[in-house]
Amino acid sequence: MRSLMQDQLRLALSVIAVALGVLGGIPLLFALVPATRSVAVFGIPLPWLLLGLVVYPMLYGAARYYVRRAERIEAAFTEFVGRR
Amino acid sequence: MSPALSLTAIALVIAATVGIGLFGLRISRTTSDFYVASRAVSPRWNASAVSGEYLSAASFLGVAGLILVYGADMLWFSVGYTAGYLMLLVLIAAPLRRSGAYTLPDFAEIRFESIAIRKICSVLVFGIGTLYLLPQLQGAGLTLRIVTGAPTWVGALLVAVIVVTNVAAGGMRSITFVQAFQYWLKLTALATPIFVICIAWGSVGHSGGVLDALRGAGSEWAEPLSTLAGREHPLYATYSLILALCFGTMGLPHVLVRFYTNPDGRAARRTTVVVLALLGMFYLFPPMYAVLGRTFAPDLVETASDSVVLELPGRVFGDGAAGDLLGALTAAGAFAAFLSTSSGLTVAIAGVIDQDLLRARLRRWTGGDYVAVNSFRIAAVLAILVPYLVWTVAGPISLADTVGLAFAVAASTFCPLLVLGIWWRRMSTVGAAAGLVVGGCTTIVAVLVNVADVELSGWADAVFAQPAAWTMPLAFGTVIAVSLLTPARIPRGVARSMVRLHAPESVDVDRTLLP
Repeated sequence: MRSLMQDQLRLALSVIAVALGVLGGIPLLFALVPATRSVAVFGIPLPWLLLGLVVYPMLYGAARYYVRRAERIEAAFTEFVGRR
Repeated sequence: MSPALSLTAIALVIAATVGIGLFGLRISRTTSDFYVASRAVSPRWNASAVSGEYLSAASFLGVAGLILVYGADMLWFSVGYTAGYLMLLVLIAAPLRRSGAYTLPDFAEIRFESIAIRKICSVLVFGIGTLYLLPQLQGAGLTLRIVTGAPTWVGALLVAVIVVTNVAAGGMRSITFVQAFQYWLKLTALATPIFVICIAWGSVGHSGGVLDALRGAGSEWAEPLSTLAGREHPLYATYSLILALCFGTMGLPHVLVRFYTNPDGRAARRTTVVVLALLGMFYLFPPMYAVLGRTFAPDLVETASDSVVLELPGRVFGDGAAGDLLGALTAAGAFAAFLSTSSGLTVAIAGVIDQDLLRARLRRWTGGDYVAVNSFRIAAVLAILVPYLVWTVAGPISLADTVGLAFAVAASTFCPLLVLGIWWRRMSTVGAAAGLVVGGCTTIVAVLVNVADVELSGWADAVFAQPAAWTMPLAFGTVIAVSLLTPARIPRGVARSMVRLHAPESVDVDRTLLP
């Protein structure tokens, strides 16, 4: 039981670390490299492209990855403990 | 904008809401039905319903309004509203569902075996819910005023009455279908005008000029970390907002109640993934309204930014049929937003009032001669009457800012309770209570400073306008420190609770609680 919780917690914390690292890195990038605040990519300024479009598929991808891994951990646990 | 057309559209939304609600009434009979739709809703339906309930006046009108005024920094609102579901998914979705609790106070009681903590949670649910209902009522008043010129209290009262009728009549079952329907209505209402505008430009080749708002003149608006309108310390404000939205979502009462309608922990996770996709799709559109608004309705920046979504179609197409039809569509979508979020909140708050405050008293007063469902109905009336009175007293507020504060309160109270409660065995009952009190008191001070419009400047203003960056770590720190100091007060049943929260349903374990 403890190892199941530890595995799940480790997975959860790593997903959060990556997500907050990426999200938190965006304002930092704007703060440290002022040029990125107005540079245009495909005709749209970078902040608007990142925050208005690109983040959403990334969040969805992170969620899909998490669910796949979490279900695998639970399947291994079920295998180990024995089915009902 | 044509009042007749818009009113017809709003009336249709109301009719559909009440109609589906009545349909639900015929199949909701028991108390369990009333609260959580007997837990028999499939992940896709449930995901639509979660999203429909979540996309409030703040998302439908407020986000576009804030971006219109303050520019790129406000894009974080829609990002944070979505990212909050990722945090909810990885930290609490499955364990919370497996706890088998109906409401947040239920969870607190199951995990901590303490009536005191249950009571604190009930008060907080009521507080957060009230704070969250204020902008819904305001948005309804605003919409009806723009459409008909009626005073704002008419729209607010209309929404309050419809929600109470629907909730008291059908409970959660009808709400599930209503919410799912309203997600798709809101998405359609928000997306269609944008597509029509794009198609219209495609045929006349008039797409240039709009993106100029993002470049050239007024470029401070288009750039992040701006200090527009006296918002100082933008980097701090941005980080604080990200924290509040990411970790506040999991503590919102209406979001949590929805999760109990999943059949098991696995379905709770899958529902959340679908929710992330649905929300991401929706939030593509509000920034487009803001950018178009900068070109076609620049006067709204100063006067009524929260109405940009409602006004834009008329501004782009003039008084023709196209502008009228699209304007009616966005007005209908806005009403769907107020109705769905207010209904969800009312169910959540009413459930708590009913179980923790009302039922025992009613039993005493009536000598046991009462029906449980009637107590819920009375609670539903109270749950929306109080916010309505507060809104009447507090006066006009900014839609998305007020919702942001509700998120900050949730992130500083229920987030530590849930996250540490689910993952940390050594959390003590005293620690949990201390965290709730410290987080609750600090954020409530910040809310009062904001609602009362106290004049502050510099860091003081930034710190109170966006409190989450200090209140949330403070609440977590309090829980951890006090728990370590009071190891004797760790709940007896913690080992059983952990098995119940974390073991997958496919494993045969003892899920009962200590007697």
